[in-house]
Amino acid sequence: MAADTTIYKEIEGKGGDYYSLVGWLAVMAAAGFGSMLYMEHYGHVVTGMTNAVVWGTPHVFAVFLIVAASGALNIASISSVFGKTQYKPLARLSTITAVALLAGGLMVLLLDLGRPDRLIVAMTKYNFKSIFAWNIILYSGFFVIVLTYLWMMMERRMVPYSKKMGLLAFVWRLALTTGTGSIFGFLVARPGYDAAIMAPMFIAMSFAFGLAIFILVVNVAYRASNRPLGDFILFEMRNLLGVFIAAALYFTVTQHLTNLYAAEHAGIEAFILWDGGIYTFFFWVVQIGLGALFPLALLFNPATGRSCQGIMIASILVIVGGLAQLYIIIIGGQAFPIPLFPGMEVSSSFFDGAVHPYVPSLLEILLGLSGMAVSLLIIAIAVKYLPLMPTSLSDAKVDPNHVAAE
Amino acid sequence: MTDKTMNTVDSSPVDATKRTLLKGGVAAAVITLAPGITLRTVEAAVTGPATQAKRWGMLIDATAPEGVWDLAVEACKAEQGWGSDHNKSGKANAATDPQWIRKVSIKNPKTGAKASLPVMCQHCANPPCVDVCPTGASMKREDGIVLVDKHICIGCRYCMMACPYSARSFVHEPVEMQKPHMPRGKGTVEGCTMCVHRVDKGQQPACVEALNKAGSDAIMFGDLNDPKSDISRAVSKYVTQRIRADLGVEPGVHYRGI
Repeated sequence: MAADTTIYKEIEGKGGDYYSLVGWLAVMAAAGFGSMLYMEHYGHVVTGMTNAVVWGTPHVFAVFLIVAASGALNIASISSVFGKTQYKPLARLSTITAVALLAGGLMVLLLDLGRPDRLIVAMTKYNFKSIFAWNIILYSGFFVIVLTYLWMMMERRMVPYSKKMGLLAFVWRLALTTGTGSIFGFLVARPGYDAAIMAPMFIAMSFAFGLAIFILVVNVAYRASNRPLGDFILFEMRNLLGVFIAAALYFTVTQHLTNLYAAEHAGIEAFILWDGGIYTFFFWVVQIGLGALFPLALLFNPATGRSCQGIMIASILVIVGGLAQLYIIIIGGQAFPIPLFPGMEVSSSFFDGAVHPYVPSLLEILLGLSGMAVSLLIIAIAVKYLPLMPTSLSDAKVDPNHVAAE
Repeated sequence: MTDKTMNTVDSSPVDATKRTLLKGGVAAAVITLAPGITLRTVEAAVTGPATQAKRWGMLIDATAPEGVWDLAVEACKAEQGWGSDHNKSGKANAATDPQWIRKVSIKNPKTGAKASLPVMCQHCANPPCVDVCPTGASMKREDGIVLVDKHICIGCRYCMMACPYSARSFVHEPVEMQKPHMPRGKGTVEGCTMCVHRVDKGQQPACVEALNKAGSDAIMFGDLNDPKSDISRAVSKYVTQRIRADLGVEPGVHYRGI
């Protein structure tokens, strides 16, 4: 095929819009940092988290961002690993989005620690049997590999090697999401977890969440910088997003059907699917309805699926549904009591046998949102100082079958 | 203080000899650096380093009168210094206050049969909390006691996610009334230590001692590896059960009469 003629250029990033965007993101990031300082001073008692619901809203955001990070890399992988050249112009932006999302997610995770001042301990003392410790290695490796991959794509002499690096990045991101899903999959204590399906389900989720975020990033970046964005690439991503939503939905259905079949899991399933209050609402209305079925309808309906707004709304809904799904998995999984004596009614002063209440505090929400803000801030700054975005994504530039005089 | 400890130790002649050798070096020393500031050296273990030769465990008789479990909980609080953290803010916060040991009531919904028993760290042989801990702060001693090294705990709470017994607590507030032998810290995780500081001196855990004083042997403590120990004889006599034995984590705490 013809040589790659795509021209990449930094955005100007001088207007009031750019500075107000960066300013607002910085304020949100600072609010999260302030929340952390407040939590560290008074202790986690000021949050909604308890000894029964030990992971809260910060973890929902953190895991969402980490999962989405590996998914955001997909566009780059599809171009270099699977040879879909139409995605090639977006590969750079895809890698930086992946790195930024991971950084934001990890920041939230770290700032929620009981002792964030002991970060150095987390980096120097490893228990190699811990999936958490593996993840620390997987996350660090992801930064190194993906940034090297980006560098190889940007450095002319290295371009021939970038394909192999892309393959490594793809394999690594699969391992990373497997690791993230296994944080829950490996927990034998709680009926909501302890399932191998967590790993592939998280991979499917990552495809959908990461692409949804990426579609929004591309749209906003191209509109704001007044660069042409053709329908072709947008519709390609729309089709992919639809497939990914369906894949994530498939794993969710399989997870619950398998559980429903085993009498042992009847309790947790009834809790999530039937009488779990907010968790049941989140499952049916937000995760399944707003987060999967409605976006699928929007994407594949000829009217909305061919409009930029329709695709963006679908992407936003996928993100909202994804947050709901992780809320159900992380917080719902803890709210449901641990079966200390299966089949017995259990009670104690430590809330055994009872559904554990949890209400997120403003601090936790601010901390979680600050992770998103930091991710977007990194992207906004990166595209200003690095040539990551092609000057044009018009159909003429991207579509291999484009006919000019159509 | 150490001499008193020594007198309570009864074991084999070999152990006694070892202890005599150690005797000179185990006294706790308190040096006054300045008025009001003292330097306290840690008391050395008189039973030698923890080895796999021992497997500390407990046998709990769930048929004992319910009231004894409150005694055990209170003894644990007094010994380890938890349970009064709310003094500073003036109010207890049931959802976040640590509980190292708790009384659990169970009822068979079909038959109405009831029981009550204490639940604390079950000191598993295959502890999920130790497996998942990223830094190794959650650890198991050679003699089976599962502990948290509060110096390297980063407060991630993954061990609390992994524990099938809800045995651990996260310290949500600044702690008061700490005991010299049991440093605690806001932002770290804690739980039953099987009174390792007492066990290493040849004493019984505080809950066991409190019950003994009240004339109850509802919690028995000892070495499960020693066939001659009271606990070994008891677990070989009665059919005991362990909570969630199906998980294969091999708890060191046995129950009978559930």
